[in-house]
Amino acid sequence: MKHSTLVRTVKLGISSLLLHKLRSLLTTLGVLFGTSSVIAMLAIGEGASEEAQEQIRQLGSRNVILRSIKPREDFATGGGQSVRVLSYGLTEEDLGRIAETFPGVARVVPVREIYEEVRFSDRMLNPRVMATLPVYRDVTGRVVSEGRFLTDQDEQGVANVCVLSYEASRYLFPVTSPIGEEIKIGADYYTVVGTTLDRVRQQSDLAGAGKSSSEVFIPLETGRKWYGNMQVKLRAGSREMEEVELHEIVVEVEDPANVELVANACREMLKRNHKQSDYEIVVPLELLMRAEETKRIFNIVLGSIASISLLVGGIGIMNVMLATVTERTREIGIRRALGAKRRHIVSQFLVECVVLSVGGGLLGVALGLATPLVVEHYAEMRTIITPTAPILAFLISSGVGVLFGIYPAWRAATMDPVDALRHE
Amino acid sequence: MSEASRVPVAELIGVTREYRMGQNLVRALDDFSFTFGRGEYWAVMGSSGSGKSTLLNVLGCIDRPTGGDYKVDGISTARLADDELSEVRSRKLGFVFQSYNLIPQLNVLENIMVPLFYQDDPPEDGEERARKLAERVGLAKRLDHKPTELSGGQQQRVAIARALVNQPALILADEATGNLDSATALEILALFDELHAEGRTIVLVTHEPDVGERAQHVLRLKDGRIESVKRGQRNAAGAGA
Repeated sequence: MKHSTLVRTVKLGISSLLLHKLRSLLTTLGVLFGTSSVIAMLAIGEGASEEAQEQIRQLGSRNVILRSIKPREDFATGGGQSVRVLSYGLTEEDLGRIAETFPGVARVVPVREIYEEVRFSDRMLNPRVMATLPVYRDVTGRVVSEGRFLTDQDEQGVANVCVLSYEASRYLFPVTSPIGEEIKIGADYYTVVGTTLDRVRQQSDLAGAGKSSSEVFIPLETGRKWYGNMQVKLRAGSREMEEVELHEIVVEVEDPANVELVANACREMLKRNHKQSDYEIVVPLELLMRAEETKRIFNIVLGSIASISLLVGGIGIMNVMLATVTERTREIGIRRALGAKRRHIVSQFLVECVVLSVGGGLLGVALGLATPLVVEHYAEMRTIITPTAPILAFLISSGVGVLFGIYPAWRAATMDPVDALRHE
Repeated sequence: MSEASRVPVAELIGVTREYRMGQNLVRALDDFSFTFGRGEYWAVMGSSGSGKSTLLNVLGCIDRPTGGDYKVDGISTARLADDELSEVRSRKLGFVFQSYNLIPQLNVLENIMVPLFYQDDPPEDGEERARKLAERVGLAKRLDHKPTELSGGQQQRVAIARALVNQPALILADEATGNLDSATALEILALFDELHAEGRTIVLVTHEPDVGERAQHVLRLKDGRIESVKRGQRNAAGAGA
């Protein structure tokens, strides 16, 4: 009997709501958008933070990355009048100090960048050409997809070999395998010995803003021998000479707990040995921790927005229910006269609120699950829907219905039957 | 007429009902004592402000007297809680209102069954009872119609069926023919006559003399007191008189 009473109350609630279809629909919209925006925003936020964290992880959480950066013009040591030579950046000396004197450092990998075009037949590319040691692959976690990476023999033999990243190889060799082909870097020919998988597209400034993610690796010695320290950089409309010994030093720390210590030591050492700030230090672990902190704050902000929007939805429901109670005063009077107890009236109106908010909640969950798919498709952003998000959003929206239905239902139930019956 | 053989259905014992209207205290019922016996058909008459509506509200347990006691079918209502009073309404009383007061979102069958919904222990055969009553008032073919699809007379028939579904001890009618044209009003009154003939207890509040004439007995009120009691001859099961 209890069960059928509930079924009947719910049916009655639905039929009462259907008497005013538009009003009921508009009332549910508040909860609908509240719920769906919570789910969608959580999914997008989760996706973005996951992407950022993956980028940082790819830099290596055990690594400290030192980079040469061009100092501000006024600090630059000028050359002659006709040809300006900019001399800045990390030096072999820095590399030696870190490798020999720093405790807790596992491996140190220098990187030189070569500003040259890469050509194969009629195709031309401006990738990041990096002259480095074979361990670079290990330290930065690059994955070889075809052939091999640079080897110690290449290094010792100062071989003219190179490894292409996936994007570079796809551009230069759209249909054929690049292995064994000869490509031209600047004026010299190099044999392609392998390709690596691309890393996730770097959107932030973590690794070379604005550059394409196509990379070409050649042995460090080869780069040193053929290109020297002095390089000509062609810029839009101008020519610059730059003298840089090393563009990047990747320091791998043995124990992740010591990453910060090593980073601070590097910072101190560079500060003492460089007159100008022509370097930067990137600590992926710090970035990772900062990203996690950002995510936490983001979640708090999101939670506040969500609760406000659900609150607004709840107030909407309450407002409409109060109007409904007034409008149906006579019905309440009739029901009371025919023997309805206060709890019957309370449950009748509460059920209507819950039907509204649960209906809005369900539609909101559907919309909230669909939105990330659309965003993923059109905005090419990664989204992650955690299973708790829709469940939580749904429970909260239903709770809102009950919470904001209590007062109107109580008002309805405590009406005087005689007055209610007299109501026109 | 033998007073002793009457079984009291509704018994008012020194009932007073006072309202506060601003500064003034209005006595709608003033030390009112009266007994409605089983099987009797009463018309309550009086000018407006005589207290007949208040009397009906007290009889219907939707208003509480400020003094005295009221017994329905032997149950004293003075100390009942709100829920208990509701249960008395759903078990012992049947209401017929002037403006029918059907619930718009329910169909005819559901409207008839409403009083049963609210009983603590509803009967198993509620729907069957409702169908029989609908048939009885001539609406067997309109069970799934909504009130707005019915004429005034038909709506009042539904209301009467609803007032009978809980097999009440007392049927209360408030100007039950007030909104109907005279032909339809006569049909409804004929229905009341039938119910009376079956031995039901009916109290009908009206200000129309010819409606009052149809009842067995007439109780006249003035200023919250009894003005006159006119006992008629007709009686249901041929008893009394």
